[in-house]
Amino acid sequence: MFDISAFVDALTFRAGYNTAIVAIGAILLGWAGGTVGTYLLLRQRSLVSDALSHATLPGVGVAFLVMAWFGGSGRFLPGLLLGAAISAMIGLACVEWLTRRTRLKSDAAIGAVLSSFFGLGIVLLTVIQSLGIGRQAGIGSFLLGSTSGMLRNEAYTLAALALFVAFLVFVFRRPLTLVCFDETFARTSGIDIRRTDLLLMFLVMAVTVTGLRIVGLILVVALLIIPPVAARFWTEKTGTMIVASGLIGAASGFVGTALSASVPNFPAGPVIVLVAAVLFALSLLFAPARGVFYGLYRARAFSRKVHRRQGLLAILRGEAIYDHDTLKVLRSEKLIHGDGTPTRAGLDAAETAAREEALWTIYARNNPDAANRAARMRLDPIAERLTAGEIAELERQFAGPSGVLPAR
Amino acid sequence: MRWAATRPLPVSTANWPVAEMNVHVADSGAALKVRGLSVAYGDKPALSSVDAAFQQGRMSAIVGPNGAGKSTLLKAAMGIIPSISGDALFFGRPLDEVRSRIAYVPQRASVDWDFPATVIDVVLMGLYRSLGPFKLIGRGQRALALNCLEEVDMVSLADRQIGQLSGGQQQRVFIARALAQKADLLLLDEPFAGVDAATEKTIITLLKKLVREGGTAVAVHHDLSTVTAYFDDVLVLNVRRIANGPVDKAFTEEHLAEAYGGRLVQPEPELA
Amino acid sequence: MGDFYIGLVLVPMTIGALAAVSCALLGNFLVLRKQSLMGDAVSHVVLPGIVVAFIVTGSISVWPMLLGAAAAALISALLIELVRNLGKVEPGAAMGVVFTALFALGVVLLEQSDTRQVHFDVEHALYGNLESLVWLSGMDAQSLFDRQALADLPPQLARLALALVAVVIFLIAFWRQLVVSTFDPVFAQATGVPVRLVGAALISLVAIVAVTAFEAVGAIITIAMLICPAAAARLMTNRLIPQLLWSVLFALLSAVVGFWAAGSGMALIGSGFSVSAAGMIAAVSGIILAACALAAPQRRGAAG
Repeated sequence: MFDISAFVDALTFRAGYNTAIVAIGAILLGWAGGTVGTYLLLRQRSLVSDALSHATLPGVGVAFLVMAWFGGSGRFLPGLLLGAAISAMIGLACVEWLTRRTRLKSDAAIGAVLSSFFGLGIVLLTVIQSLGIGRQAGIGSFLLGSTSGMLRNEAYTLAALALFVAFLVFVFRRPLTLVCFDETFARTSGIDIRRTDLLLMFLVMAVTVTGLRIVGLILVVALLIIPPVAARFWTEKTGTMIVASGLIGAASGFVGTALSASVPNFPAGPVIVLVAAVLFALSLLFAPARGVFYGLYRARAFSRKVHRRQGLLAILRGEAIYDHDTLKVLRSEKLIHGDGTPTRAGLDAAETAAREEALWTIYARNNPDAANRAARMRLDPIAERLTAGEIAELERQFAGPSGVLPAR
Repeated sequence: MRWAATRPLPVSTANWPVAEMNVHVADSGAALKVRGLSVAYGDKPALSSVDAAFQQGRMSAIVGPNGAGKSTLLKAAMGIIPSISGDALFFGRPLDEVRSRIAYVPQRASVDWDFPATVIDVVLMGLYRSLGPFKLIGRGQRALALNCLEEVDMVSLADRQIGQLSGGQQQRVFIARALAQKADLLLLDEPFAGVDAATEKTIITLLKKLVREGGTAVAVHHDLSTVTAYFDDVLVLNVRRIANGPVDKAFTEEHLAEAYGGRLVQPEPELA
Repeated sequence: MGDFYIGLVLVPMTIGALAAVSCALLGNFLVLRKQSLMGDAVSHVVLPGIVVAFIVTGSISVWPMLLGAAAAALISALLIELVRNLGKVEPGAAMGVVFTALFALGVVLLEQSDTRQVHFDVEHALYGNLESLVWLSGMDAQSLFDRQALADLPPQLARLALALVAVVIFLIAFWRQLVVSTFDPVFAQATGVPVRLVGAALISLVAIVAVTAFEAVGAIITIAMLICPAAAARLMTNRLIPQLLWSVLFALLSAVVGFWAAGSGMALIGSGFSVSAAGMIAAVSGIILAACALAAPQRRGAAG
């Protein structure tokens, strides 16, 4: 089924002229979607794009009917996309209006607009179908997208649109980053927040409409949502996230179209989305900054340290230890015997822990602002966290004038 | 490289603060006692090995700077968020055995007040546990709820939609709901945040009355200037326990400096 | 057409109404929990569930498909929770990731398998075919008492009636837990209400209803009915039980008016074609919501 040489051909843009054009369009679109999607995620409005994409359908239907009415072919792509853009804007305005003017929250507004506009779109599609002109229209391909059988003109239109959208995103990336990163600072440096938000929505609309024909209106939101969420696992920094998300989007578009071109019955839209989803799953599991495995590892290591320290302090105080986890940790490090009595190493470690605990207590007292950080650091050997000079100073305070810890 | 391996210990262990950590306030009558409680969000510690006890028949405050883990302590004790280690005992027993004796008042801002419910609906929620799923709400329950509303001076607004209330009135509804639970221990998360002076006075008078009658109250509190006037005991917290005990012993400038550092808002000097 | 009225109009209309009311009742809680879009997500992942069930069993019999769809819905709910907690992303984005990925998987599997032979396609999954659920034995009122004729009723009718009964029983049995954990989850947890379990039960029921309704009327009605009637009802009143009743009324109104407009209404205005009833029902529910947003007494909320 899977023909590796066909896949390589597609990856190297040798699978046919149309396919190459579509692939370039998909790469640009993927990059634009990933980038715009990051702003959308940071503004916590990811699913607005879902309402937007579903709201394109009535516009497509009306545009088709209007063009057919005037004797046109009805299938003229720029006309259909214009219709889609107009009805997407109306849908967006409805979402804004519902959240602003009524008590409804954005989730309900989005869901309501999404379903009723989509319902209306379906009604129009069935009208077109029963007029008997739907078959050659292939309007159904707007639901799930399709690249097979795409006319050369359409491929050009889409690639040009994708290039234009990518260009817009590139031009406006600075103010958008600023608003997402620090709204207050953006406002004080003279950026109109409302206008920037409108610009963002316009870009979302542009990505959606361009993606309609390739990915389809149900899945086009994936281009805006999956790459940024995947990128989030790789970094804590906004700037890096924007770049990473754009790259993930572009890679999905590229690999997705290539796979679709080289495997039979592999529709481009869903495949692009699946590639993005695979990249997402890999990021979720393996990314170093916030990935699951690394996160689990860190949380476990931290909890081990907590139990180790508490166990050692209990040893020092001669208390019995009951906590099952604590016992497990101490046993595994051979700090206690099987019967719970401390080993030689355990006693030594307990003294070290107590000593360091005392120094850390002084440190925490000196630096109350860093309480959370200090609480994490104090579980590590002090020499790994503080400089020799800092430790010496803590020791000096620890000894105090009388050689004992200053009274609390 | 371990510190102890290279240098001798300069002082006897008897003076170490860790030894002191073991000394609790006498806990014979602790309504809530937490031991070695550690909580972290991922690997970001929120509470580090906190020991604390809140005595029966007393009003206790939990104070500390933002991010000190005050609300986290209550939530972890109630099992609302998981803890890494440590445990909480209520009246000497685990939570599940005595849950009906405890009323918890969440932060007012934690709910959506546009919810379709009236004041008395919310107070009746305090009775859900004792009613079970099928017993209907009768005249007796309504009367009880109205009584609780009377205590916080909200009877006249019993049938008002909760979104129409002021912040102080909303807080009083929450208090009334806790009263309806007829609990021995009240845990309150920032009960005075964003409420008017009259509400604050109503609530504190009510709590003091409850405590006089043998109840116990523990409140997360952020206004240091009222701690001495309102509370008997205090827990000064900043991720670690800094001090825990009667206000005159624990609520000292030294402990506050240790908790707040440079951000300390000086408590009003006492005139008495 | 009088003789066929019951069979051709009343039965499919009733099926639509049953689906609408079940969804609307649950939708109230989704809207209040700010989880409206869970309905959207769950309805989308029904597709991969059905396709996988087909691939595994190789048949298009109803029960494996219902089970597969329900399983997919629950898995998606779990995945959303997982992505939300692990990735610390807002719930909307987590939903978007999960449902688009699973839907894409469903489409690809569908294209790769030979389900095409058995007359199943994405369009059908989206907007069903309510008009075809007719009762040909239902000639007149008398057939309502005719055992043999009744056996010919579309099975979807009984299944959806059962789903509605399940919803009503769930709401009555768990009313208090549901209300308190929706309004104040922290308090609910402190008083020992199993908040997570209640939430999971709600989503499971949404999934069951979505799956049952989907098989009869397609995803679009399910999504619209989970959100629009409850949202419109929210603008009518400040009390919970009246809100539920309003939502039922709006759901019935959407189903009846939508079905009528799609069939007879089109004939009335002299156009020679009929249009998707499912789409029309969704559109009508949107119009009802728009009307409420413009003029309902409580549209601004208590605070405003």
